[in-house]
Amino acid sequence: MLIILLTVLLLVGSIVVAAGKAGHAKRVALVFASAGLVISLIMLFQFRSGAEAQFVTSIPWVPSLNIHFHLAADGISLLLVLLTTTLTPLIIYSSFNKQIARANVFYSLILFMQMALVGVFTAMDGFLFYVFWELALIPIYFICLLWGGDGRARITFKFFLYTMVGSLFMLAALIILYLHTPNQSFAIDQLYQAHNTLSPTLQHGVFWGLFLAFAVKMPIFPFHTWQPDTYTNAPTQGSMLLSAIMLKMGVYGMIRWLLPTVPFGMDAYAGFAAILAVIGIVYASCIALAQVDFKRLIAYSSLAHVGLMAAGVLSQTEHGVIGAVMQMLSHGIVVFALFFAADVFINRTGSSALNALGGIRTSAPLFATSFLIVILGSIALPLTSGFPGEFLLLSGIFQFNIILAVFAGLTVILGAVYMLRAYQKACLGERRVGAGEFRDITGVEKTVFVIVAVCILALGIFPKPILDLAGPSVRRLLEISSQ
Amino acid sequence: MRYLISLIPVLPLAGFLILAFVGKRLNKVSAGVIACGTVFSAFILSLIVFMNANGNPTFENGMTITLFDWISVGSFRATFSFLIDPLSLVFLLVITGVGFLIHLYSVGYMKEDEGYNRYFSYLNLFIFFMTLLVLGNNFLLMFVGWEGVGFCSYLLIGFWFKNSAYNDAAVKAFVMNRIGDLGFLLGIILIFITFGSIEYASVFAQAGQMQPGGFVIIAITLLLFLGAIGKSAQIPLYTWLPDAMAGPTPVSALIHAATMVTAGIYMIARTNILYTMAPLTLQIIAGIGIATALLGATIGLVQNDIKKVLAYSTVSQLGLMFLALGVGAYNAAVFHVVTHAFFKALLFLGAGSVIHALHGEQDIRRMGGLRKLMPVTWLAFLIASIAISGIPPFAGFFSKDEILMHVYASNPMLWVLAVLCSVLTAFYVFRLFFLTFSGEYRGDPATIGHLHKTPMSMSGPLIVLAVLSAVGGLIGIPELFSGGNLLGQFLSPVFGQSALHLHLPALSHEVEYVLIGISVVVALLAVLFAMYLYAYRKEVSVTESSALRPVHNFVYHKYYVDELYQTLITKPLQWLGDKTYRILELKVVDGVVEWIGRFVVMCGKSLRLIQNGESGIYLLAMVVAIIVLIVTANF
Repeated sequence: MLIILLTVLLLVGSIVVAAGKAGHAKRVALVFASAGLVISLIMLFQFRSGAEAQFVTSIPWVPSLNIHFHLAADGISLLLVLLTTTLTPLIIYSSFNKQIARANVFYSLILFMQMALVGVFTAMDGFLFYVFWELALIPIYFICLLWGGDGRARITFKFFLYTMVGSLFMLAALIILYLHTPNQSFAIDQLYQAHNTLSPTLQHGVFWGLFLAFAVKMPIFPFHTWQPDTYTNAPTQGSMLLSAIMLKMGVYGMIRWLLPTVPFGMDAYAGFAAILAVIGIVYASCIALAQVDFKRLIAYSSLAHVGLMAAGVLSQTEHGVIGAVMQMLSHGIVVFALFFAADVFINRTGSSALNALGGIRTSAPLFATSFLIVILGSIALPLTSGFPGEFLLLSGIFQFNIILAVFAGLTVILGAVYMLRAYQKACLGERRVGAGEFRDITGVEKTVFVIVAVCILALGIFPKPILDLAGPSVRRLLEISSQ
Repeated sequence: MRYLISLIPVLPLAGFLILAFVGKRLNKVSAGVIACGTVFSAFILSLIVFMNANGNPTFENGMTITLFDWISVGSFRATFSFLIDPLSLVFLLVITGVGFLIHLYSVGYMKEDEGYNRYFSYLNLFIFFMTLLVLGNNFLLMFVGWEGVGFCSYLLIGFWFKNSAYNDAAVKAFVMNRIGDLGFLLGIILIFITFGSIEYASVFAQAGQMQPGGFVIIAITLLLFLGAIGKSAQIPLYTWLPDAMAGPTPVSALIHAATMVTAGIYMIARTNILYTMAPLTLQIIAGIGIATALLGATIGLVQNDIKKVLAYSTVSQLGLMFLALGVGAYNAAVFHVVTHAFFKALLFLGAGSVIHALHGEQDIRRMGGLRKLMPVTWLAFLIASIAISGIPPFAGFFSKDEILMHVYASNPMLWVLAVLCSVLTAFYVFRLFFLTFSGEYRGDPATIGHLHKTPMSMSGPLIVLAVLSAVGGLIGIPELFSGGNLLGQFLSPVFGQSALHLHLPALSHEVEYVLIGISVVVALLAVLFAMYLYAYRKEVSVTESSALRPVHNFVYHKYYVDELYQTLITKPLQWLGDKTYRILELKVVDGVVEWIGRFVVMCGKSLRLIQNGESGIYLLAMVVAIIVLIVTANF
């Protein structure tokens, strides 16, 4: 029931905000998003440990096709719902200093998107999953299109088209699975059994259909070229939604909908797909070295990190998949904070070009320290949130293939190079001539950074609750896939 | 007792947190008191634990204190647990003891600095991570300390963050360490896969049963050693350490001489049984050790920056310690870590006093004649120089002697090279000493007029360290001089398992006397030669016309290794990044996507011709589509 309550609340919130005055929009939206956080926290406390999916709601939706409105949450889903409900209020709050045109529409779209994301992470019916998957695309499309920077029409169109095409492959794959379920149903447990009657060739096809959709969404090399432009061009809150939450749809999709579904397909192609993911890690890290704009640098660093998560999932090991879940949470928080830092640069200097910054530390020590903590989270220093996930991912990949692990591990080195260089260029050295005083963070900015820093350290020092929550569910999915 | 032990890392952490959160509101005195007080208390606690541990069987086998589960997934379990045993105690005493002295010294040295409180917060954080490194009871917790001290090193090298060159040095140090850390990390994963655990006790017990020389154990030890290469500045990852001298001088003494850089030796001493089972790795370690020792010593001969000489000296001495590890003399290596912490910290702090007095001057060509002006520093520096040269009965003699004996027993050729290295060491350190303290002052007369006084907080630590450098060797007097080798006995439980496998050959007393005689005599000759050149003939640097000039230049430029790395790694990586972005990413990968997009649009335009509103065609298309669907559905 709680999941339904959560989605309905967010949907109502979205409508209320849209209908209300633009002046009140951000506050009303924050109230609804915070209420969502409260509900998900109640879910967390009511959750009984184990692999079982809980808070089940299953209502027949299209009886003729055996489609159910079936929402439920196991440990993995719950963690991603929590990520969504924690970050969305933060994303809304992070915009409090801004004057946004047509604010009611803007915030309404954010809430709508949050609703769709919760749906994606809790849908236990293939068709419903697809519906939420596509629903999530609509608000972010408009957010990028209406509030983006120069050249947004073309960039957003490319993004939309690219992900749409990916989704169509997924729909086709889901339909094939549906046709091979014992009782012609989209229920997830049924879809997991479809492989029994699927020919190996069709399994390969289904693998690629699902993989393409998820690969485009994350994105995985070489399906990523929509991403850097979109991240750079979108309004900051849009980039945050895309990178901090939306890309997790892809990783989550792989864990829930690909890994256990087509064992033959995984056997045949998981290795190849993992190679692509690892190439992406090295490729994106190298490109990040050459970036001079901080937003674009975040985009490529995100590409590298998500490649590691994908390779971990494709390794089909306990460490790899749990590491991916852990890293989704850490990456969500870190990348949100990185984009927020970029926003701080833009507010102060009008651009996020690293060459225009420098010496910020002198006048803004609090910002510089917060920024450094975020960067440490990003380069996975032990005791920050990035480390448990990165270690488990590398361990999982190592158990799958040693050579892949060595290449994937290059992110440990290259990540430190481009991130510390960015920090150096922005915060250290002398303040640039003519580049006025850089105000330190206060009020909203300070609050956001404090919350983020606490999360990064807390998850790094005590990741146990998360690993315990994800563990049973991950093991169950791996068992299904190995049957 | 358990409670006390847990407090050892917690105290400096508390100091860091206080300074980090309320540091702005504290004045310099209270910040200094908090920073020094926490480390001093940690030292006292370590001392109490040590007193209790001596001869106590619970400690000899290691006492474990588990705080909480950190990362556990399935059968993998990394806990926050401490292990107190003789090895961790020796390191704890050095870290907190020398650490406290350097904290105290910093009170005077950094007095004028505006980042005073920030400096002490970093220093406390460093002590926290360093104690964590030696206290962890599993590989992953060691890695936490390992990366943590690396991060503190990054912060402190770039402490004066307005200077871009310093920041570059900080990033360089962190990145080169991370190259090693990747090896370490993969090594930990391989350990887990091989032994099913990352806890020392379980891993070592299983390793002792293994067949020596197996492929997996060699892979594990080499991966871990890669970490040690980075952290302890060995070939090929040593170039960050000389650059790290950008940090304040006490930092160079603490982090880049006495403690952090010896973490690599700690790691191998801790995991000695793994290395004992991998003779090939030991040989590689010995080779890299002696090569680094000679490389560092030769470069040290010709540097003119007082801190650079000491930095290369550290590289060289660390090489010597790895040589000891490589011949299986784990105990000797740890012994040298201890004495080296005394005399190298002293050399750096002495250099710091000189730099402080001369308003930041670091070039020894512009020093000289400081003996009368700075008598305490002069004496301290002299004692440290004798100690590092291996002249009896100072501290360095005993530890170096123990290393040389084992090296000779293992391979006399290596011994010749090691003695050559001590000759070079004695020469460069006394070149430094005479150029700094004897003769006439060669710098700016204005500076000498008002030298900065060395306050008590600075000369106090100098005196204590000078005493330790003089008599610190007593903890390990070998049996040859009817000593009990207290340190060796204390540490023997840690290396006991290895001793069963290693069978180090013993030398007869006559051979030992001859070897000691040779090494001491040649070291003395080197000192006399340095005295002749720099005190008597008052040479300052190699003259233009000298035949040695080209060689000198080649060595002076550090064999152009930095330039080599620039050309071979840094520049190509930048080039690769740039080209990958501009060509592969924008033209090829995205180009294909755009091309497909255009192709589809083109098809769309052609297909539009069909969509002419003729409903018959639509109907036909629909029927065809339905048939296709039905056919494929039943396929």
